[in-house]
Amino acid sequence: MASTETPAGGAAPVRPALDTPFRRFLSDFTDSRLAVLAAILLVTIIILAVFAPWLAPQNPYDLAVVSIFDARLPPGSQSMDGVTFWLGTDGAGRDLLSAIIYGLRISLSVGVASAIIALTVGMIVGLLAAYAGGRIEGLIMRIVDIQLSLPAVLIALILLAILGKGIDKIIIALVIAQWAYYARTVRASALVERRREYVEAAACLGLSHARIVFRHILPNCIAPLIVVGTVQTAHAIALEATLSFLGVGLPQTEPSLGLLISNGFEYMLSGKYWIAVFPGVALLITIVTINIVGDQLRDVLNPRLQK
Amino acid sequence: MTRETVLEVRDLRTHFFTKAGVARAVDGVSFSLARGEVLGLVGESGSGKTVTGFSLMGLVDPPGRLVSGSIRLGGEELAGLPEEGWRRLRGRRIAMIFQDPMMTLNPVLRIDTQMIEAIRAHAGVSREAARERAREALARVGIPSPDERLAAYPHQFSGGMRQRVAIAIALLNEPEVIVADEPTTALDVTIQAQILYEVQKLCADTGLAMIWITHDLAVVGGLADRVAVMYAGRIVEQGPVDAVLDAPFHPYTHGLIGSVPSQNRRGERLTQIPGMAPSLLSLPEGCSFAARCPRADAACTVMPELSELEAGRLARCHHPHRTLETARGGAA
Amino acid sequence: MSVFILRRLLQSALVMVAMAMIVFFGVHLVGDPVYMFVTPDMDQQDIENVTRALGLDRPIWEQFWLFIANALSGNLGQSFIFGEPALGLIIQRMPATLELAFAALLMAVVIGIPLGLYAGLYPDSLASRTIMAGSIVGFSLPTFWVGIMMIMVFAVMLGWLPSTGRGDTVDVFGIQLSFLTLDGLRHLALPALNLALLKISLVIRLTRAGTREAMLQDYIKFARAKGLSRSRIVGVHLLKNILIPVVTVLGLEFGSLIAFSVVTETIFAWPGMGKLLIESIQQLDRPIIVAYLMMIVFLFVVINLVVDILYSVLDPRVRLGDRGQ
Repeated sequence: MASTETPAGGAAPVRPALDTPFRRFLSDFTDSRLAVLAAILLVTIIILAVFAPWLAPQNPYDLAVVSIFDARLPPGSQSMDGVTFWLGTDGAGRDLLSAIIYGLRISLSVGVASAIIALTVGMIVGLLAAYAGGRIEGLIMRIVDIQLSLPAVLIALILLAILGKGIDKIIIALVIAQWAYYARTVRASALVERRREYVEAAACLGLSHARIVFRHILPNCIAPLIVVGTVQTAHAIALEATLSFLGVGLPQTEPSLGLLISNGFEYMLSGKYWIAVFPGVALLITIVTINIVGDQLRDVLNPRLQK
Repeated sequence: MTRETVLEVRDLRTHFFTKAGVARAVDGVSFSLARGEVLGLVGESGSGKTVTGFSLMGLVDPPGRLVSGSIRLGGEELAGLPEEGWRRLRGRRIAMIFQDPMMTLNPVLRIDTQMIEAIRAHAGVSREAARERAREALARVGIPSPDERLAAYPHQFSGGMRQRVAIAIALLNEPEVIVADEPTTALDVTIQAQILYEVQKLCADTGLAMIWITHDLAVVGGLADRVAVMYAGRIVEQGPVDAVLDAPFHPYTHGLIGSVPSQNRRGERLTQIPGMAPSLLSLPEGCSFAARCPRADAACTVMPELSELEAGRLARCHHPHRTLETARGGAA
Repeated sequence: MSVFILRRLLQSALVMVAMAMIVFFGVHLVGDPVYMFVTPDMDQQDIENVTRALGLDRPIWEQFWLFIANALSGNLGQSFIFGEPALGLIIQRMPATLELAFAALLMAVVIGIPLGLYAGLYPDSLASRTIMAGSIVGFSLPTFWVGIMMIMVFAVMLGWLPSTGRGDTVDVFGIQLSFLTLDGLRHLALPALNLALLKISLVIRLTRAGTREAMLQDYIKFARAKGLSRSRIVGVHLLKNILIPVVTVLGLEFGSLIAFSVVTETIFAWPGMGKLLIESIQQLDRPIIVAYLMMIVFLFVVINLVVDILYSVLDPRVRLGDRGQ
């Protein structure tokens, strides 16, 4: 293994060694106080979502705990058992705070899962396009262009219309609606790398295609992928919420934030604002913090890309 | 040299207030301009010649500001004029031509639009009358079939033709002074020669005065009546063009002339001025050229005055070249 | 010019055929399309009859040609729920959606361009920073959430504007229009603003970037050197240059406005084709879904074509370049 790598490394231009890249990254990232605040919030949200069963005041889907007599209580009310509902209760008498924490769990899982799958699919297709070139590349990029010209919400909507509801179906729809963004990003940075001398040198040495792609080209696409991945995760979460709100996304058994908002919407006209508003605020904070972190990542990672 | 003075600039200072400090782009520039006269304003890039031109037009943008000094155009003081006052002046009594003809005309507007608006900004004439004047102006700068060309867009013209259009626009309202900022630098040599010839004729025929900003001493030699050499925001030498080019007083002018190929004989080595132009943010005490000057000594730590060494010839130097040594080929 | 348009038309037709194929085979892949035409009270014999009558027993390629032939004659199937031609139902609802989308487009231009211009001309002022912060927020908020908040604030809490429906409409050549009556306008205001919000943010960003770039150009300085007034420089020299990219992008975004109207129409109960789509999805009314999709693709193709032509009209460089070919 070492013997194949030495000549390839020797052909590459000598790169200045970064003094512990992670530390440099951390100090660049913390330049913006807003980004640090967003990152802290985001970590909190993720912890809440992951450990929801232990952190939420009640299990909102345990019928033994939830009482219909507590339905639609305003924020700060007490249940008949003397439990305080800080954010009030929803139409079924569930503690809204707990429902939101559980909803976060579903929204985040769907967003992250679809982003990871879309990233993988897009990455493979993008690498294929950049590496194969010629007609295959032309065809792939044509499909990517057409797809990017159609709004993601429309693509997902139509797919769900055909596929039906369900957590697996919405993940499929989100993946199909979003893979093209990753494919375009990967192809763009892979094309830059492919023309570098060391890749040509590696090819001359008779290294296998797979080896060249995964050991030499792919590592250079990672920074832009992280940036696009962050922003697209936020998009996926917003998209899932939108679709669930429209009633074509998740079934009632998987109450994501979008569904909570949708369920609360009917009570809003009668002045019971909190059932729709608080899940909305949670959704908003999640999306905005991811976007701020993504923006900062772009700023921090970009100049290094150009080096 | 008893012609009537149209433009009188006294102690002009234009500074840029940047985060890194105050850049004194123009720092005490004085000169005057007579009717029909062409003044060559010469210097390296960053010497303040272009900023001087913009200052005369009231076109200095923040963080730059005209700090002090006086600009008198036909007896009227321009410094301190409000924006609307400047606007009424620009294009009517004092006009400007820019360096790159590819960039100065608006790409999405027709030539007639761009000419007619320049007339109607200053005079309440009808569109038809303005169009007629635009046509005449195009013909005057040597554009064939001006009627058709009026309806064209800038990208349909060559670079030389565009610069003629720009000159025609500058001439539209018959200004007293035109500030030309390296208008031929971006053009081919043959086209440059044609335009120079026509500009010279215009000035002689109409009494138009012109400030020709350039770094090209050859152009100045062929076109200007007088020349002012700028260095680091100040005029370091000024005088009749032939006298200055033949026997410069200031070591900087001397160096500039020495670095022009056509001024040297075959086989003779080109000289170059050592070092780099100083940063305008941190000008040294005393003479700003001292660090690059072969003649600098202790006296040069004090800023020399611009003093009249011969009739009509000024230089800002403690150790000016004298005629005799210049003829020998410099003191280096 | 005509060669250019002809080539673009051909391209557009190709895209339409490709999309028709995807829709057709997509529907085939998922389930037997005969059920698009079957009502619950049919028995096995009826279903077979329908299958034969629709040609569904024939090879799939033949069926595809049939589908295309039917589509070309405007037949995209019958709605299960309404029992009417699906395309007719879509077209019936289209004016409401188009009115909403055009109103949103107008808002994006009328609000976005002046704000973007201001932010570009005075980039350091407090107002400009507020505008830019607002546009960033506008970018990351989900449309449906903003719509809900608008209803809560303007309809429920303040009671200024109605939150559902089109209000009074006026019949113009058989098309119902809301914006011609005061009541219709009041109904249009919230949904249009909701739909416009993303585009306003986009226009602000585009206009600001274009303004900042253009103000540094020599032609602006030359225009000032001619003694033109600031209003003429900004209103003619600057605006005409930055309008080209803004109009291009906005035109292309019109399709996405129609797509996003699905969300807005659902929230504000605006009776357009987006709301029809959501209802059809919930009721599994597949012919309408197919008809909607074909209609949307058609709209996208037409919009792209119109934008290309508009672009060549606005930018003399493109226009004359094509004539020369």
